[in-house]
Amino acid sequence: MIVYAARRLGLALLVAIAVSAASFGLLYLTGDPATAIVGPSGTDADIENIRRVYGFDRPIVVQYVDWLWRALHGDLGISFFFKLPVDDLLANRLPITLTLGVTAIAFALLLAIPLGVAAAVRPNSAIDRLALVLSVTGQALPSFWFGLMLIVLFSVIYPILPSSGTESWKSFVLPSVVLGYYATPAIMRLTRSGMIEVLGSDYIRTARAKGLYRSSVLFKHALRNAIIPVVSLSAAQFGFMLAGSVVVESVFALQGAGRLAWESITRGDLPTVQAIILVFSLAYVVLTLLADLLNAWLDPRIRIA
Amino acid sequence: MAATDIGQSAPLSEPSPRELLLRRILGHKGLIFGASVLTAILAAALLGPFLIEHDPFEQDLKSRLVPPFWYERGDLSHPLGTDHLGRDYLARLLYGAQISLFIGFSVALISGVIGATLGILAGYLGGRVDTVVMFLITTRLAMPVILVALAVVALIGSSLQTVILVLGFLLWERYALVLRSCTMQARSMDYVEAAKAQGCSTFRILLGEIMPNIVNNLIVVATLEMAHAIILEAALSFLGLGVQPPLPSWGLMVAEGREFLLFDAWLITIPGVMLFLLVLAINLLGDGLRDVTAPEGR
Repeated sequence: MIVYAARRLGLALLVAIAVSAASFGLLYLTGDPATAIVGPSGTDADIENIRRVYGFDRPIVVQYVDWLWRALHGDLGISFFFKLPVDDLLANRLPITLTLGVTAIAFALLLAIPLGVAAAVRPNSAIDRLALVLSVTGQALPSFWFGLMLIVLFSVIYPILPSSGTESWKSFVLPSVVLGYYATPAIMRLTRSGMIEVLGSDYIRTARAKGLYRSSVLFKHALRNAIIPVVSLSAAQFGFMLAGSVVVESVFALQGAGRLAWESITRGDLPTVQAIILVFSLAYVVLTLLADLLNAWLDPRIRIA
Repeated sequence: MAATDIGQSAPLSEPSPRELLLRRILGHKGLIFGASVLTAILAAALLGPFLIEHDPFEQDLKSRLVPPFWYERGDLSHPLGTDHLGRDYLARLLYGAQISLFIGFSVALISGVIGATLGILAGYLGGRVDTVVMFLITTRLAMPVILVALAVVALIGSSLQTVILVLGFLLWERYALVLRSCTMQARSMDYVEAAKAQGCSTFRILLGEIMPNIVNNLIVVATLEMAHAIILEAALSFLGLGVQPPLPSWGLMVAEGREFLLFDAWLITIPGVMLFLLVLAINLLGDGLRDVTAPEGR
């Protein structure tokens, strides 16, 4: 276990470094931040000045190492637009995105796991077909459009839920449904196939032959084993949801980190954009690392291989 | 699959592999539905602009926001109505279909070349190459696609070409993952060993022995990635950083119709439904192709 954990941790560290370098380099190679800060009215002298003040005149590798060093110490730079530390901006906005992410993954799991189990218990039944239709249509619904349609339905035609804002828990219902629906097909398919495999195994037949209750066999014996791969998938899906929050938060006008990212992109506010890309990627790396370690702990076959 | 073409040992009464494949295709409802809808959209996108009289860019400020024909105020000269600038909605929808299909196809091609090359090399050569490719895939998965695409497009300046290139360079990881595992399986076949023993070059083995075995999987991933690219382009255009006006992209049409959401909801319903149908059709086609070509489906 310790060897496995150490190797997995090493990989996560390397990926984190690669991701940070990629997100830093990508943005610096494609644009000139000095011109972006000065704006169209600036003179060449202004631009030179800004380059020196912000240190853009240094080699890119030096700038990257400096940025990474500061980021490791919790200093993500100063926003070009707000002239405030990016840390403070994120401290304001991230809780909203995290709340949205948690409620969305909760919605996805609550919908996908029961459906997946029901579909596996009776393959080719009506509920299995319903699950299949939900998963096929779920992958084809564009999130921004699905969100707008829900607004039309639940805020305009039947005004029971707010279309924007963060005042009460009601504001999070529609965004969570939209964001969570996208993780549902994958989680449901994996639950279904895992359950079908486990239900066909010998120990389930033994459990049934012992005369155990059906629910006990299903949930205590079968689901426990089938759920192991779902844990990693959910962690990865949660990471993807953080990125998806960019679209969903701008549809529902939620003032979270995703919307901040989009606004900062349109304003050319590079430090904020880089910080959010870094935070979202690191969240994915950490989540998948934790999920893999949890899996290895639950299932010895993984850590020995 | 090429391997099944050697059917000499089969009894004469058995149907040929081709016939069997055809039967499986015709018996797969999702595949038939997906292929039909996709063909219909493709035909409409290619032929439609010649059949209708309106131009997708021509503004007519006297007839703005005319609703589609099934509304009372509707007018058959604009079957799907007009937008806020009086442009014919059907013409824009058809032109938008061309753009969506073009983007989907181009992105699937670019990301396919990158992903397939990485995946096949990793699967065939193994060892250090495999480690590096797996590392690249893991890194790519950790990067938030929409966010990176938005940021890069915004910095370079958004245009059709930029969107295609950026998405093409971001969406290769599924090709790499799938083709890597398929190549690993194909590599252990006896005929690959035989080709090696004959002294064939690596390039020749990859092209002549490995490729025919994995081309089915390549096509399946390509269809699914095409759908993925279309939906991402629509999201980018919706956020204002994809295809730029006055070009009609379906995502952009939804964004432009958003302010009329309360009273003229059809402005966003129609392009949204089309987007849904197109992506659904391509996904069903891809899933169906995987079902009928997978060996366990026989």
